[in-house]
Amino acid sequence: MALLQIVEPGESAAPHEHRLAVGIDLGTTNSLVASVRSGVAVVLRDELGRPLLPSVVRYLPDGGSEVGYEAQAAQALDPRNTIVSVKRFMGRGITDIANRESMPYIFQGGPGMLRIHTAAGLKSPVEVSAEILRTLRLRAEAALGGALLGAVITVPAYFDDAQRQATKDAAKLAGLPVLRLLNEPTAAAIAYGLDNAAEGVYAVYDLGGGTFDISILKLSRGIFEVLATGGDSALGGDDFDQRIFCWILEAAKLKPTSVEDASMLLTRAREAKEYLTFHGVAPITGRLNSGEVVDLRLSTEIFAEITQTLVAKTMQPVKKALRDAGLSVSDVKGVVMVGGATRMPQVQRAVGEFFRQDPLNNLDPDKVVALGAATQANLLAGNHTAGDDWLLLDVIPLSLGIETMGGLVEKIIPRNSTIPTARGQNFTTFRDGQTALAIQVVQGERELVSDCRSLARFELRGIPPMVAGAARIRVAFQVDADGLLAVSAREQISGVEASIVVKPSYGLSDDEIAGMLKDSLAHVKDDALQRALKESQVDARRLLEAVRAALATDADLLSPAELSRVESDIVKLESAALGDNRRQIMLAMDDLEADTKDFAARRMDKSIRRAFAGRNINELGSDSAAAKSGETA
Amino acid sequence: MDFNTDHFSLFELPPGFRLDAALLDRRYLEMQSRVHPDRFASAGEAERRLSLQWATRVNEAYQTLKKPLARAKYLLHLAAHEIGSENNAAMPADFLVEQMEWREAVGEARAAGEHHQLEHLHHRLQREIRERYDELAVLLDDQHDLEQSADRIRRLMFIEKLLIEIDDAMVACEE
Repeated sequence: MALLQIVEPGESAAPHEHRLAVGIDLGTTNSLVASVRSGVAVVLRDELGRPLLPSVVRYLPDGGSEVGYEAQAAQALDPRNTIVSVKRFMGRGITDIANRESMPYIFQGGPGMLRIHTAAGLKSPVEVSAEILRTLRLRAEAALGGALLGAVITVPAYFDDAQRQATKDAAKLAGLPVLRLLNEPTAAAIAYGLDNAAEGVYAVYDLGGGTFDISILKLSRGIFEVLATGGDSALGGDDFDQRIFCWILEAAKLKPTSVEDASMLLTRAREAKEYLTFHGVAPITGRLNSGEVVDLRLSTEIFAEITQTLVAKTMQPVKKALRDAGLSVSDVKGVVMVGGATRMPQVQRAVGEFFRQDPLNNLDPDKVVALGAATQANLLAGNHTAGDDWLLLDVIPLSLGIETMGGLVEKIIPRNSTIPTARGQNFTTFRDGQTALAIQVVQGERELVSDCRSLARFELRGIPPMVAGAARIRVAFQVDADGLLAVSAREQISGVEASIVVKPSYGLSDDEIAGMLKDSLAHVKDDALQRALKESQVDARRLLEAVRAALATDADLLSPAELSRVESDIVKLESAALGDNRRQIMLAMDDLEADTKDFAARRMDKSIRRAFAGRNINELGSDSAAAKSGETA
Repeated sequence: MDFNTDHFSLFELPPGFRLDAALLDRRYLEMQSRVHPDRFASAGEAERRLSLQWATRVNEAYQTLKKPLARAKYLLHLAAHEIGSENNAAMPADFLVEQMEWREAVGEARAAGEHHQLEHLHHRLQREIRERYDELAVLLDDQHDLEQSADRIRRLMFIEKLLIEIDDAMVACEE
């Protein structure tokens, strides 16, 4: 096969300044930030040289917060205000959380995403995650020496729409522009595939602190194609800790413990789990508040036995993903292990037995996701050089459907569809003069609405009054490259754009986010206005660079009048970007965007034509050979 | 390039049921590598939106042409020929009897947990599907008989569903 010729439309022949972009692994237990420096992806360390940031946030009575090791150290001391594993709460309601009785937090229920009462007030999981992201952003800015163009943030492949949206909202609160949400196993595959020049079908088995993913990918030169994905967004290393914790209670014949004791024992459980990776027996000792002493020994055999069902639970999604990809075990060339929890010997063994080969462990399972994300961020920012170009094709993990009569689900976009994807659906009114319509969107594989997760309720308003059944409302469901759903609607006969009111079932409304943004600014050290100005200056420079690059190659697509308008917009934006009036910058950007809209369409057109023009010359030989084999097949 | 062009023209392939799958794959990747949103992540808003629309369009076209049943339906759609729904009333009695026998066999094997028997049925049905597509290729590409093609497509809609049922039964046996 001839090598794909990939031309970045925003690419200019002239060397441009290196744009600062990072990859962030926002993990259940630990988070990392990485960036490509001098052509190599590296993890950025804190001022003490530590690569990891524990995903722990402690809220203080003065409204401030501590993040990372500092917060982790206070966990046993102040468990109620110290939030660990917040990723498990993202986009989730209170009833979704298993084992919440054994957690030290005071949850606030109600409809929608849960909240936690802390010393600093009521906090949403989005705000807690934003604290972690903000810390990583500051770390990256200090290490790289400037404002970031943006970040690629990884999410479990099996995250649903609400969990993805919550992650994106957290980035917004943290002042971090998101270049892309990238699936964790796909990020790992990028890091692994580019390092090893891998070709063929690979499985990525990703068992993190709180989530499990399996992805089946086809790797070929320059293409990473996800064939199928599956998983469990509430299964991870934490659950193994929980099993040891329960075993301790039973073996030491302890009554239900206080919050502080439980927190201490959970820490001992985690330490024992990690110890058993390299030893046959782990000692577990600790003194409870009552003075009672716990002194136990946990063997690998018992550990394997009490966690056997957890390991088995990961194999069902593995089988399903293989089946969805239309492949069998023998088609899989290699199994890449990702996530700290894959260090457990019983996990390695089970995966090896299933795939009938030794899993690949030559990359640090803690860092591989962040490194892959950094590599992708570098590409998306346009920093690539010729040769390190690749294309990533990912899929949506769960089917999207709408509620039909009788509480049934009609699937509109099936799972494992390559994204971006869209589907149109026609609706009509069933009463004379009806001007509004509600659509319930769900995600999941079951046939009943009540068995799937509700994503949102869309209310269409402003439908022109007609007799029942006469209106033709075309609703478009679009899933973008982040795996996020957007819905738009139009009445086809009158051409009226029906307005849509979205009520996300577990997400936050724009107003809520604006409120949180305001709250957070009161306690953040960096100046928000200054930051917003800087961001718009970065945006303006990015746009100017993109337009200049476009003009350098395709100015002939514009009429002289159009060209002079664009040039005058450029001058205006350049001078605005030098000043400190943010509004002026935004207005100048809007003008330039508006005057280059048609230009963009013409350029896209030209690029698509060129795809074939280039092929006709370069691939004539291989084409005719392929056609011949097609005839005999 | 017209955004509303048909799927075959989009990939510059001759319209027809017989298709060079390797060539389709290659053209798809060529197109996607030019229009995919990852290529426009740092571009202006207008370009980002266009890229999303194009990448969506290219994915839809590829999915339609890749699967034989979707491709056949699409050819009839291009010819403005109705396929009709695959409800029982529209199907000949002998075909329905045959389908019932298949479903009984699958049901029995599933109830008895006979994974091996299910595999055998799966294999047999796949062979039958291949034969039926060969027949459809002649009807569509050589004889241009849309009426007969629509009939064969309706049958294949039944049979493809049956294949999924066997798949599900095999999974149920494994669990």
